[in-house]
Amino acid sequence: MTTAGSASSSPAPGKPLWLLAELTYRCPLQCPYCSNPLDFARHKTELDTADWIRVLREARKMGAAQLGFSGGEPLLRPDLEELIAEARQLGYYTNLITSGVGMDEARIKAFKTAGLDHIQVSFQASDEALNNYLGGTDSFRHKYEMARLVKKYEYPMVLNIVIHRQNIDQMEDILRMTVDLEADYVELASTQYYGWSKLNEAALLPTREQLQRAEAIAHDYQARMKGRMKIIYVVPDYYENRPKACMNGWGAIFLTIAPDGSALPCHAARQLPGLEFPNVREHSVDWIWNDSSAFRKYRGDEWMKEPCRSCPDKHKDFGGCRCQAFMLTGDACNADPVCDKSPHHAALVAQVEAMTSRPLPSPGEKPLVFRNTRNSKALTAES
Amino acid sequence: MPEPLSASSVPKISPLFRLQWEEAQNCHVLLYPEGMVKLSGSAGEILKRVDGQNSITGIVDELKQQFPGVPLEADVLKFLEVAHDNGWIRIL
Ligand code: SF4
Ligand code: SF4
Repeated sequence: MTTAGSASSSPAPGKPLWLLAELTYRCPLQCPYCSNPLDFARHKTELDTADWIRVLREARKMGAAQLGFSGGEPLLRPDLEELIAEARQLGYYTNLITSGVGMDEARIKAFKTAGLDHIQVSFQASDEALNNYLGGTDSFRHKYEMARLVKKYEYPMVLNIVIHRQNIDQMEDILRMTVDLEADYVELASTQYYGWSKLNEAALLPTREQLQRAEAIAHDYQARMKGRMKIIYVVPDYYENRPKACMNGWGAIFLTIAPDGSALPCHAARQLPGLEFPNVREHSVDWIWNDSSAFRKYRGDEWMKEPCRSCPDKHKDFGGCRCQAFMLTGDACNADPVCDKSPHHAALVAQVEAMTSRPLPSPGEKPLVFRNTRNSKALTAES
Repeated sequence: MPEPLSASSVPKISPLFRLQWEEAQNCHVLLYPEGMVKLSGSAGEILKRVDGQNSITGIVDELKQQFPGVPLEADVLKFLEVAHDNGWIRIL
């Protein structure tokens, strides 16, 4: 990858190594922390097979090597097999990121024939009732069965579990489940608080004590399972003093194509104001990546303000997450307030403290807002 | 604990990884779920001969033919040990 030459010139863009193809926003599940935009119900049009194949070819030519098929639920696309076959033939490493709902043995087999490299199955929890409640669907047993089949057909398997206040105390159980299912990798992901998860923040953000207990258990399993199962635990960055290198930098290696063809430097970027995201229906991937103003906007470091501008770490974390900076400070050019050099950091700490010192709101007093079409329409009609 | 490798061991690429020549990177890479390892020139030369049939001795012999006069036995073994520790290869 090319890196910045001198500090003042804007860097030549790297390659879009990672292409995330969000094939659809439709999903049989309703996770209250879903990373799809709140207004997903308004983006109903979907790229067709020919569009996707063109995108895959163009991005591959530019150096994309990893390809994630995600959504929504990518299994809802009947052309998934065809897209996998095309992608594999182009030389991509193909990842299917799925809830498992809509999968069966015949399809798992067909994906294998098409050349699919890896399947990631998400669980909402390790116990059936909570899993089904959080996903808004009776899916637990089916997921379990599908995960077994993924291994039977010798795919590398990642199990992904989004960790939050309602399931974090089951950490031991969750890890036992992943061992039982013979996962090769386990991703314990913490939600980033924007979109749906922001609405449900008070019910999702774990307390510091919960986090410490869970981390100890995860570390214990990491040591015990070394060489057999890799456990990746991303703690919620609200409890950190330095932000994450979000997306490895804006427009640096990640390219997301949303179901309607909008190209995004990050799947959450749609919420940022003042950006016009180019669409693959109108522009080539090359132009989008190299020339569009949306992808150049926060690339490199020229857009930065203090304290990032003069910070020695600015090429390490790129000032954190633009969405978080915008949401918590009103300006996406500010430092991510997770950083303790940010003048907004103290306010964030106080807010987290206040939120997590209250008891978990009961579903009766503050129901979870589930991610579904009805809620999406209602929420975005108000604004 | 993985057993130490010997000259007669037959390595193969682990099913968790895929080895390929990557034009855009101008090197061999190992691809795995959501990640990629870029390999040095010599690492690529070694791993592309790892096919689940060739023993380590066989791999060394092939390399010697390709790069005559270069003492490489110890380096190949050392690299394959690292590859084994990283889970890139398995021993049949
Ligand atoms: S997070 Fe849940 S609701 Fe959102 S796309 Fe994934 S499975 Fe569907
Ligand atoms: S000041 Fe900015 S660049 Fe420096 S550590 Fe904080 S967020 Fe990162």
